[in-house]
Amino acid sequence: MADQKILAQAGGDAPYRRMMRPMEGRLLGGVAQGLAAQLKLDPVVIRLMFVLLSVVGGVGGVAYAALWMITPRVPYEGQPPQRDWSQLAAFSAIGVALFAFGWLTGASQGGIAILPFAVVGIGALILWQQADPERRRSWVSGATKSIRKNRVRTLLGIALVVIGAAGFLAAQGELSAAKPGLMFTIVVVGGLAVIAAPWLAGLWKELQLERRDRIRSEERAEVAAMVHDSVLHTLTLIQRVAHDPREVTRLARAQERDLRNWLYQPAQDADATLAAAVRRIAAEEEDAHGVPIEVVCVGDIELDSAGKLGAMLKASRQSMVNAAKYSGSPSISVYAEVEGEEATIFVKDRGKGFDLDAVPLDRMGIRESIIGRMERHGGAARVRTEPGEGTEVMLTMKVERQ
Amino acid sequence: MTRVLIVDDHRLFRSGVRAELGDSIQVVGEAEDVETAVKAIAELAPDVVLLDVHMPGGGGQEVLRRVLGAGSQVRFLALSVSDAAEDVIGVIRGGARGYVTKNISGTELTDAIRRVADGDAVFSPRLAGFVLDAFASSEAPSIDPELDSLTQREREVLRLIARGYAYKEIAKELFISVKTVETHVSSVLRKLQLSNRHELSRWATARRLV
Repeated sequence: MADQKILAQAGGDAPYRRMMRPMEGRLLGGVAQGLAAQLKLDPVVIRLMFVLLSVVGGVGGVAYAALWMITPRVPYEGQPPQRDWSQLAAFSAIGVALFAFGWLTGASQGGIAILPFAVVGIGALILWQQADPERRRSWVSGATKSIRKNRVRTLLGIALVVIGAAGFLAAQGELSAAKPGLMFTIVVVGGLAVIAAPWLAGLWKELQLERRDRIRSEERAEVAAMVHDSVLHTLTLIQRVAHDPREVTRLARAQERDLRNWLYQPAQDADATLAAAVRRIAAEEEDAHGVPIEVVCVGDIELDSAGKLGAMLKASRQSMVNAAKYSGSPSISVYAEVEGEEATIFVKDRGKGFDLDAVPLDRMGIRESIIGRMERHGGAARVRTEPGEGTEVMLTMKVERQ
Repeated sequence: MTRVLIVDDHRLFRSGVRAELGDSIQVVGEAEDVETAVKAIAELAPDVVLLDVHMPGGGGQEVLRRVLGAGSQVRFLALSVSDAAEDVIGVIRGGARGYVTKNISGTELTDAIRRVADGDAVFSPRLAGFVLDAFASSEAPSIDPELDSLTQREREVLRLIARGYAYKEIAKELFISVKTVETHVSSVLRKLQLSNRHELSRWATARRLV
């Protein structure tokens, strides 16, 4: 059964492959496994089918024997592998239980009482075997080990089954058919549960481990994709524009920002709050002009529908553009604060500054896009600058807390 | 001459810092993880330790805990690529006298080291912003009013730092001396380190933004 995948693949090449009985992973003669590979089913389904058919009139046993005789064995070098006795025991137990039950209730003659048991049994075993061969192998080895370790428990289970059967036989003559049947079922199920408990526990643990592994490997894949798509890409670009320090800085900053967002920042809607919007605008202008913009935000507020904060953001963008384009400053500081009922944004550079009064009237940047815009929306803008002293634009706007 | 030890797990970064530092700084050694850092600090007794926040073996906070816990008087300046509030507040509360990010320029770093060596605090704009935010969001009643809130003046100084002002510019703006600015910043640092406000840490954890 460990080679189920390989078998299926090998068989997939030839259109008419012959059914073979593999040695590896067989429980009895490898018939079920070979048939499963042929039909592209899980061997456990086939095995349960055989068990069921054997119980119902013994057809399964005959079919198995017939198939065993006509199917060639897969050549196998060396010592034949060990059978997985614990699994075989499980199938046998289920078979015995079903048989006993069928015999008792008469269900083996076509009664439908057998169905729930069949469904439960098949379900449990499919669950148990729905795993890739590697993992199942480790489960099985864990399970057999634990069975060996829990000999007492196994013996107890078997004893319960035997006592159940004996009790049934003793009671058969005196009690009505239903009551001992019920008792017997309880005992058998109890016995099976005791036998299967270590398996199920191990299975559960393995599932948890596997889940954790999967999450971890998914995360690793995400990191790898991130590093590959962005970081490696940027490094390549940087090497190609190595002669242009401004472009190198711009690329490096953009990449740094991306990575930081990815590492530290929970996904947020860039246009929902003031701080997020300021960060986005700063990032865009940094990208466009290649000048680093450091953003610090204190407090935050949701953007208003009246567009007051929107106007403020536009004014702040214009301030950043001015600083990046004309000041010659190596970096720009942006500070956004919401305190009480006032939002403030400062945009500061350490560039060459200018004489505010000397700015010609037709220069729209400061007068219209910044001061005029703020005033139209009920805010205020102040520009502090002197030649050689850098520039700072201060925007204030009254806000209402919802 | 200020004697400096560089603690960082990236060799490339250590040599970069070494090359950038001015002549007034003497780099006496380097360490690459918590163990070697603790050992080097004991052996070399530097004036200032440039401490990386994320390192194998517990990171900068572990170095702070072991060195300062043993009663050492050495001063730490945290230097990190991380801008996460948790990291920043964590190392400051752990005992570092300042926090700057790794993209700081060589001259600024030299300046910051000198300041820390003199016993003052160094706040980056980002750290100032964090502190303002953390102390502003105080809804719970404070246990010690002196430690748990900032004075008007301290708030003004921090706000100017956050706006990108240098200490000299702040002094000019507020008509006070640079020394007074330094005193205010040191006082904020003390509050940040000693305040019992549990919101500080909670705030930092809740605010995992940069």
